[in-house]
Amino acid sequence: MSSTKPKPSRFYGVISALTFIMIYVPLATLVVFSFRAPTGWTFDWYTKIFSDQQIIEALGMSFFVGTVSTAISIVLGTAAALTLERTRFKGRGAFDILTHIPIIMPETVMGLSLLIWFVFLGVTLGSFSMIVAHVTFTLSYVIITVRTRLQGMDPQMEEAARDLGASPWQTFWKVTFPLVRPGIVSGGLLAFTLSFDDFLVTFFTAGAGSDTLPMKIYSMTKYGVSPEINALSTLMLVLTLVGVLVIGAREKLSSPR
Amino acid sequence: MLEVRNVSRTYGEAHALRDVSVTIQDGQFFSLLGPSGCGKTTLLRIIAGFEDPSQGQVFHKEKRIDNVPANRRRFNMVFQRYALFPHLNVKQNVAFGLQMKKTPSAEVEQRVSEMLSMVQMETYGTRGVTTLSGGQQQRVALARALVNRPEILLLDEPLSALDLKLRQQMQVELLSIQRRLKHTFIFVTHDQEEALTLSDRVAVMNKGRIEQVGTPQEIYEYPKTEFVARFIGSINVLGGEVGDGAADSLSFVGPGKRPFIIKASRDGSRPLPSFAKGTKVSLLVRPEKLKLLKSAPGPEQNTLEGTLKEVLYQGPITQLFVQPKETQGPVWVISQPNTAVTARKQFNLGEKVYVSWLPEDCLLLEKDGNGSGG
Repeated sequence: MSSTKPKPSRFYGVISALTFIMIYVPLATLVVFSFRAPTGWTFDWYTKIFSDQQIIEALGMSFFVGTVSTAISIVLGTAAALTLERTRFKGRGAFDILTHIPIIMPETVMGLSLLIWFVFLGVTLGSFSMIVAHVTFTLSYVIITVRTRLQGMDPQMEEAARDLGASPWQTFWKVTFPLVRPGIVSGGLLAFTLSFDDFLVTFFTAGAGSDTLPMKIYSMTKYGVSPEINALSTLMLVLTLVGVLVIGAREKLSSPR
Repeated sequence: MLEVRNVSRTYGEAHALRDVSVTIQDGQFFSLLGPSGCGKTTLLRIIAGFEDPSQGQVFHKEKRIDNVPANRRRFNMVFQRYALFPHLNVKQNVAFGLQMKKTPSAEVEQRVSEMLSMVQMETYGTRGVTTLSGGQQQRVALARALVNRPEILLLDEPLSALDLKLRQQMQVELLSIQRRLKHTFIFVTHDQEEALTLSDRVAVMNKGRIEQVGTPQEIYEYPKTEFVARFIGSINVLGGEVGDGAADSLSFVGPGKRPFIIKASRDGSRPLPSFAKGTKVSLLVRPEKLKLLKSAPGPEQNTLEGTLKEVLYQGPITQLFVQPKETQGPVWVISQPNTAVTARKQFNLGEKVYVSWLPEDCLLLEKDGNGSGG
């Protein structure tokens, strides 16, 4: 905001404008066309997708996989974050690194290796395998957001609770949990968003007849892009945006002291 | 009665506490005093139950407690940074301990409001703790601990984050609360003045050991080690050895020609030390026991000749700095009350002066390994 900073040259403005056009015009087009009728505007595409049984099922599957894998990630991720931040043990360093690796792992490799593993174990591909697969990549994000929150929290808070007679269990529920809850919620929203629009890992680990929404959209495009797909994609876009905006708003509200 | 028996605490190679034993009587205001890293906070945390001793035991009322988890000890702590729960308001913070013990809500309500009015925070009950000033948070932290009627209240440098004026005000309040409730207070501080002002008894700690336990007066007037003497207040030191003894006195052969005489205190609280002739010792005298003279006094007083280096007027007292003639050692500090008598004696810088003191007013201690600096 400092007024001493010089204005960028016009050249950069042009580059930026072109870049943003490349990013946002296709998105805008998609949204616009989802409301487009041969003559004028319509909500028909939206009503149409909600009367398509297969789409409803895919949407339901996406919500189911997203919700369950998020719930599992929250429980495991919070426990792992607490362990990493509040205890000392042999192999802590290795554990720390291992929790970060899934973030940089190529998704194709991740999906393929999971597929091979499920086949080897004889797991039937379907919602179960997808949930397990989604946990493998959403877990890291929950661990990171909860850990950040724990790092901003005075460890003396927990000692104070113990000192006042709280058992370890009471200490967690009365003090630690309320204080890290914003981190857990942000991590959960992030996990859900990632799970909801994941395609690659899902593609490898979904069985026949267990399409999620992104997979359904992909298979529909094989027969050409229809306004229905535009409507469905717009729906996904809105859901993801809402998730991200909520995370952002929460972080602004509850910035750690 | 709290008893710490032969407690040691190590962190890997580092020794935080080495074979510490101390007994704290009920109802005392007891201070653990020492420089940072001396082990005082570790000892407090072991008493609280946040850390386990590597060796040794802790007993309370004859029962061993070092294996009892912190939440089952009837002690409460006031933390250095208060550690108030930011998601709870003032009342909820104070009620926390009682609620953990499933106290009936009517009783909780009553005891919390009693405690809040004791610390003069009754009008702040529904305020969020993060909106309070440091001094107010301090009061809430105190109320949160005291509402549980702890058998021992532990205080970990609770006043160190407050500015001077507020600190002095809180010292007075702490003392009056302790006198009223007659709880045992164990108070950790690095501020020797604070420890002397507040405590019934003080344990001076250094490098993981307790050097001396005593009343503030004992610690100040009759320190048992050179470390204690130097840490509490300021003191002038001369190195030398023990000379000939007599029935009621001992002589100290220092850098000068004339030996100094040491006698037991008249009230018998400090007997004559029993050193063999030739033992390397330090002679120590507090600045306020010294008198500055223009001419040498009689032989019944110990006298050190020197040059006046500096005069600092400080209101109630004047500090005078004298370079002793016979040593290259540090300057001696003399503090004189500013009265009509001392005001009449004007000294000029660079003047030849005599520093004198009574044989009862100095100490003879075994030489400390910690160097001979001032």
